[in-house]
Amino acid sequence: MKKEGGRVIHIACRVNAVEAEIDGHPMERLLDALRIRLRLTGTKEGCGEGECGACAVLMDGRLVNSCLVPLAHAAGASITTIEGVAADDRLHAVQEAFIAQGGAQCGICTPGMILAAIDLLERTPDPSPDDVRRALAGNLCRCTGFGRIVDAVLQACRRTSEAPPR
Amino acid sequence: MGAVGESVPRREGRSKVTGQARYVDDVALPGMLYGATIRSPAARGLIRRIEYDPSIPWDEFTMVSAADIPGVNRVALIRDDQPYLAEHQVNHPEEPILLIAHPDRYLLEEARRQVRIHLDPLPAIFTIDEALAAREAIWGTDNVFARYTVAKGDVDAAWGEAHLIVDGEYETGAQEQLYIEPNGMLAVATPTDGVTIWGSMQCPYYVHQALKALFGLPDERVRVVHMETGGGFGGKEEYPSVIAGHAALLAWKSGRPVKVIYDRAEDMAATTKRHPSRTRHRTALTRDGRLLAMDIEFVIDGGAYCTLSPVVLSRGTIHAPGPYSCPNVRVRASAVATNAPPHGAFRGFGAPQSLFALERHMDRVAEAAGLSPAEFRRRNFIRPGETSAVGQVIRDPVDMTALLERAFELSGYHQKRAEFSRPQPGPIRKGIGFAAFMHGAGFTGSGEDHLASVVRVEATADGRLCVLSSNTEIGQGTNTILAQIAADAAGVPMDIIEIVPPDTAHVPNSGPTVASRTCMVVGSLVESAARSLRSTLLTSGALAEPYSGADFRRACSTYIEQSGPLSASARYRAPEGLQWDDERYQGDAYGTYAWAVYVAEVSVDTTTCEVRVDDFVAVQEIGKAINPVLATGQIEGGVAQAIGWALSERVVWREGRMANAQMTNYIMPTSMDLPPIRVHFVEQPYARGPAGAKGIGELPMDGPAPAILNAVAHATGVDVRAVPLVPEELMAGMTKEE
Repeated sequence: MKKEGGRVIHIACRVNAVEAEIDGHPMERLLDALRIRLRLTGTKEGCGEGECGACAVLMDGRLVNSCLVPLAHAAGASITTIEGVAADDRLHAVQEAFIAQGGAQCGICTPGMILAAIDLLERTPDPSPDDVRRALAGNLCRCTGFGRIVDAVLQACRRTSEAPPR
Repeated sequence: MGAVGESVPRREGRSKVTGQARYVDDVALPGMLYGATIRSPAARGLIRRIEYDPSIPWDEFTMVSAADIPGVNRVALIRDDQPYLAEHQVNHPEEPILLIAHPDRYLLEEARRQVRIHLDPLPAIFTIDEALAAREAIWGTDNVFARYTVAKGDVDAAWGEAHLIVDGEYETGAQEQLYIEPNGMLAVATPTDGVTIWGSMQCPYYVHQALKALFGLPDERVRVVHMETGGGFGGKEEYPSVIAGHAALLAWKSGRPVKVIYDRAEDMAATTKRHPSRTRHRTALTRDGRLLAMDIEFVIDGGAYCTLSPVVLSRGTIHAPGPYSCPNVRVRASAVATNAPPHGAFRGFGAPQSLFALERHMDRVAEAAGLSPAEFRRRNFIRPGETSAVGQVIRDPVDMTALLERAFELSGYHQKRAEFSRPQPGPIRKGIGFAAFMHGAGFTGSGEDHLASVVRVEATADGRLCVLSSNTEIGQGTNTILAQIAADAAGVPMDIIEIVPPDTAHVPNSGPTVASRTCMVVGSLVESAARSLRSTLLTSGALAEPYSGADFRRACSTYIEQSGPLSASARYRAPEGLQWDDERYQGDAYGTYAWAVYVAEVSVDTTTCEVRVDDFVAVQEIGKAINPVLATGQIEGGVAQAIGWALSERVVWREGRMANAQMTNYIMPTSMDLPPIRVHFVEQPYARGPAGAKGIGELPMDGPAPAILNAVAHATGVDVRAVPLVPEELMAGMTKEE
């Protein structure tokens, strides 16, 4: 964790469809770069060791735990955080469904959970309840017991199949 | 049509699903330092020397020790025995000794690792048996924080008349709350301006109270602001006072804002957990299978300092005889000290421990009596008009047998019980079991009288109705249900209601957000304050019935223009006829109880000894569901947390220290581990609850563990008596049976 002789790299990446330039230690966690340098605090830290998924973001179309991604790996990447999920004032179908079904309680796992759900629906547009449970197994929620979350994801996929996804 | 009973969406839902909700770690102030805690490396000892590695530029750091404390170095709670920072002696691993702060959090972490605490070790104790033996007194003269005795009838005289006597001993382990947002606090503090805290917490006024004593400041010089809080479960009831104190001490000394955020390992190892427990039962039955006497010895391990142990013990003691009627009952209960970090509040607060023992024991007693678990309970359930062990007459129209039948119907219990009782070929054995229980809502005994909670509602000049309380949204739905209750009481649409964020500079003290009290006790105050404001408007002539939301808004504006500020307060007063005697430990222990029967269906893999819960049915009588989706979420989440406690969440202790303080090796259930949790509400409105509602937050923690172990016993024939029932434990049990 110690800054080694102030060694700093400069990277460019796209965050929520906006060009971003970040200076930082090559081993700095992407999580900290997002939260502290870019002030995108919607991405949360729950454990710092890749177990809880609260820090999940989409990087080049893959779901990653941003606490395990060194800044150097983000060079040239396209990153979506929770702040980039809604288009202006219009919520994503998954976000709507989380509100309607009670999928968010304390809210700390919610950003990562929503990105994991979006990742699933992009790969599997019509998932079974078991598919949903498997896809969310890397995201821990202590409040809901997961039932409301699974229902929310299933509702969202019904919604997205009715209307073309944005 | 009113708002109560509707599943209106969570008020702060949008900010949570978009990442806009602000938690304490999302806030950064200019010039802010990060703070860290240097902790005891061992369970007990005298601090001999502190060594600072010269590789660190210590002159850049703000450092705080006990000597820097301006007021009293004790966390104000019940016994005020716990120091913020150890002075000469440490009494548990991870006890805070020094605080350090620096603007660079990487250097701070490096520095934290470069402080060596040298101790002269003292003998330490780690088990309930060692504590009770008191050969080494680590707290007071006998290691006992609190004792209670409940005595109804004459237990000793009953043994001679018994047809059957059944003994049993049961144990429960510690459990980590594991809210996904770790604890954290941000402080600004100077001798001229006083102390301001923003943080993750359940109880702003507990923190307020604690900081006043720590700094020797009057009420108005301490301000505590609640931030969005990422789960609590009791883990953010009392411990936040310690962290707030630490952050404020560093801010006071440095003159700069200081943020202290625990990392996961620190949060798990250093903060409170559920009290481990041991319960011994001796039960006498009559010839016709009725309870004649229950003798219960209940001991909880409180760790090194008293904190909330006496009240945890009290709730556990009162719940220990469960929802049964018995003429002779004795409960002897004690909370003891060991050299582990203090155990504290955790959803259920002692009741899950004593009810686990009871409901596992009741299955064993039924078997000894040759009765089915269901028939034995039917013969002994408490009924309206009967008296509990502490002398509380049951006034609710409770019908436990009906709840039992409903749960059996929904789970297919009878058919499955018969099917799984037949020989099962193959390595997987199925079983089904249940637990019957209740949970008292609100503070125990005279607790609510002492709290004397106050809620205020205030109209604004543009006609909105603000609800001011200190009760916090921690995921359970406070913002939403209080708004629903206020809207119906004022007779207005919900969009007129505003819930003012808890900040001790603005909100009255409506007590802590604990003990299943927010909906029932505080909600009832919200209801009464909103009604009273409405009646002021009606009486003044500014408003006439029937009225619309727009009429109400205009009426508020008119009233304020003509007569000045418009507000109403409500203060808690014990409902008529509700009495509790602290001295005799007798009376109405709770305003009311929620009643429940939970059924668990399990599969046991006899090769690996893993237990899987295949189906779970939770039936409960809760008065009235203010918001069915939120209420269901409370039950589902509580059941999930209790399944973890029952089967996988084992705290591994080494010399009083948690050895598995990581999410990697402390195993909470994931989406793959949990069954569908089927929740069914029975509603019999409680006359003194808002719109008839009772408290439900803790209830779902009580039933799953005994239901699951009863199911495992059914599946395997192994007499399992301790949680967590991890595969190694079940394997040991199965090997013994063979």
